[in-house]
Amino acid sequence: MRVIRGNQDHSTARARKLISPGALGLAASIVAGSAGANTSNGYNLPTGVTDLARDMYGLHMEVFWICVGIAVVVFGAMIYALLKFRHSQGAVPDTTMLHSTKVEIIWTIIPVVILVVMAIPAAELILRQEDTRNSQLSIRVTGYQWKWEYAYMDAAEGVDFFSTISRDSNFARELRSGIDPNSVPNYLLDVDKPMVVPSGTKVRLLLTSQDVIHAWWVPDFGAKRSAIPGFVNELWFKVDPGKEGTYRGQCTSLCGRDHAFMPIVVVVKTPDDFKKWVEEQKAAVKQAALPGAKPAAPPPTAQALAN
Amino acid sequence: MAQFPASDTAHHTDQAHDHGHDHHDQPATGIKRWIFATNHKDIGTMYLLFSLTMFFIGGSMAMLIRAELFKPGLQLMDPVFFNQMTTNHALIMIFGAVMPAFVGLANWMIPMQIGAPDMALPRMNNFSFWILPFAFTLLLSTLFVPGGMAAAGWTLYPPLSLQTGDAFPMLIFAIHLMGASSIMGAINVIVTIMNMRAPGMNLLKMPLFCWSWLITAYLLIAVMPVLAGAVTMLLTDHFFKTSFFNAAGGGDPVMFEHIFWFFGHPEVYIMILPAFGIISEILPTFARKPLFGATSMIYAIASIAFLSFIVWGHHMFADGMPVAAQLFYMMSTMLIAVPTGVKVFNWTATLWRGSLSFEPPMLFALAFLFLFTIGGFSGVMLAIVPVDFQYNQTYFVVAHFHYVLVPGAIFAIMGAVYYWIPKWTGHMYNMTLAKWHFWLSAIFVNVLFFPQHFLGLAGMPRRIPDYAVQFTDWNMVSSIGGFGFGLAQILFAIVVIQCIRGGQKASALVWDGAHPSGLEWTLPSPAPYHSFTTAPEVK
Repeated sequence: MRVIRGNQDHSTARARKLISPGALGLAASIVAGSAGANTSNGYNLPTGVTDLARDMYGLHMEVFWICVGIAVVVFGAMIYALLKFRHSQGAVPDTTMLHSTKVEIIWTIIPVVILVVMAIPAAELILRQEDTRNSQLSIRVTGYQWKWEYAYMDAAEGVDFFSTISRDSNFARELRSGIDPNSVPNYLLDVDKPMVVPSGTKVRLLLTSQDVIHAWWVPDFGAKRSAIPGFVNELWFKVDPGKEGTYRGQCTSLCGRDHAFMPIVVVVKTPDDFKKWVEEQKAAVKQAALPGAKPAAPPPTAQALAN
Repeated sequence: MAQFPASDTAHHTDQAHDHGHDHHDQPATGIKRWIFATNHKDIGTMYLLFSLTMFFIGGSMAMLIRAELFKPGLQLMDPVFFNQMTTNHALIMIFGAVMPAFVGLANWMIPMQIGAPDMALPRMNNFSFWILPFAFTLLLSTLFVPGGMAAAGWTLYPPLSLQTGDAFPMLIFAIHLMGASSIMGAINVIVTIMNMRAPGMNLLKMPLFCWSWLITAYLLIAVMPVLAGAVTMLLTDHFFKTSFFNAAGGGDPVMFEHIFWFFGHPEVYIMILPAFGIISEILPTFARKPLFGATSMIYAIASIAFLSFIVWGHHMFADGMPVAAQLFYMMSTMLIAVPTGVKVFNWTATLWRGSLSFEPPMLFALAFLFLFTIGGFSGVMLAIVPVDFQYNQTYFVVAHFHYVLVPGAIFAIMGAVYYWIPKWTGHMYNMTLAKWHFWLSAIFVNVLFFPQHFLGLAGMPRRIPDYAVQFTDWNMVSSIGGFGFGLAQILFAIVVIQCIRGGQKASALVWDGAHPSGLEWTLPSPAPYHSFTTAPEVK
């Protein structure tokens, strides 16, 4: 089995070890949560690099363990019954056991209490997720079949570009291309020009679409929203300082033929490096606008590359 | 529900025998028996065989999907064809396999359980069945039209679904036909249960399977017209320049999602409530004691049915929703866990201090109990809005709904067939082969779907024909499980066909623990053509 996969250029990446199918079992889900830094360990949610993603992970594990607890009690009772009350071992049925109002009230109320315990932190997290006020950088994200457009606002106003699947992945993903996906760096998760954001900054995305419904997702940021034509959806994330690097995601709303081939890559830079990047981008835009300047080559689309 | 002491049972059996001898209305011969069928058993048989056929067609599509996903890279099919397979696998399994199977079981069992000679509206019954082969021929024939089958997912979200080729109007007409068939089936169930119960069988004495179907029938009548409205608006948007869902024309694509899921969520319960009824019949028989808390089981089904109408927003959390709506849909969805929990606890209490034996129907019912509960746990997790953003549209969702539909609905249907088929055919079946079918299904269904939880959590979106290489291992495991599960179902077909053709003679009671259940066990095996020609009296 291959053991080292993905994200080779991740600045904070570590070799991720995937357990082999031979080790399949519930054990895998029970130890979930003990591993992983910036990304998922291969069988659980990513622990994340933003407060929101971390809290999502925490709530996920809390609810998971509550479910495990309930499962131990309920499945335990079932298994005990299956072992203890067997016809083949002469068990005599107790046909007078018809109902018990007391017991039934108890096992109605206990689940209600457990649900309230889950709902309170969940409600608190919803309120924080939806609070997009006081953002320091806004980016308009537009979905197309099958690429993304990133148009910067605020201090980076004027920076506007398309982001399309990388050439390597695009050749390899053709039907019977003969290229081994394992030989392609970040197969299906790499683009020609990634979104760039500063760390330690509250970034707000305004999502919409030009054609069908898409959805923008970077698991490590805990950031997912649909991009819907005629609507503007909002989300925000703030990557921890020190977690600069490259983060990857995919469109998650079926959007036609190449739904699987419109990845999302976000490069997180320090605020200073981000400023430099913005200056470079603005200079390039100015250069392109000069009379006599060659128009910049349009970003290659998935279609163009496929032809 | 209704309790029949041994003496009563014997009495009814005698009565039924008498009628079995003196009724002279035999089935018509040849093909006419089936084309002009008005008998509930003939129509039930056709529904069940139709469902089995669709199960294998939809299953073959799933095999193609799992074959393509066996390893990264595209080896077998174009992404468009892959999307056609996922879309039509869902449509065929939901509308062609699961729903007709439950209607078939209702046709066979409701008259026998309530002491009626037949369904109340036999000609409509004929019509509601015979619509289906035409509807699905139309749906499957879209494979050969320009543009191929619909490929926008079974949810048909516009604007993507409006990009469908010539299949589009055919698909919508097929959905209208399926909806009409379901509504007629539901009307028939309600009219039969409301009017044709044997004297003395008040509603609270009615078997749980009939109760679950009565509530399901009301859900069907409430939501199938909503689906018909939604797809009709898609049709006019596509062909008549309306803008119901077209943002550029002042319409609203999210409105489609609201309308669709107002149908779609109750639809989910349409596929599971009759399964609850079946499990509530099987467990008491093989535990040899009555269902625990039968009345609260009815209230639980009714509560789940009510809640199913107010939770549709949980399918759309990532599509943008006010905070108040997110909180409402989260809490209403979590509430469903309460009546569902009551059901699981009551089933467990039914096993408690029982005398359990493990014939094939019981094995399927027990697997349902464990594996449906796992689907319930992932359901609670998905209800938690803030984390749902991470689960939404990933394989975690695929794992969740397959756990409730395959070891949930499908296992219940198979359990029901193994439970009642001796009553239908008069023959016992090959128990060893049926147990093999069970164990292979139960093992492979977990190999197939459990790893999909990991894939989703690790970040694999659903509805993709190709994936990043870190998802390879679990996809391989899942595909192996898929092929194993698919092959195991051939055993099911063999057992059923053998049982129809012959076998050891079944007694009237079939299962020695069958006392606590409905009136069907008072009839001889096979049951007479017109079940009860005079109504039995229920005390």
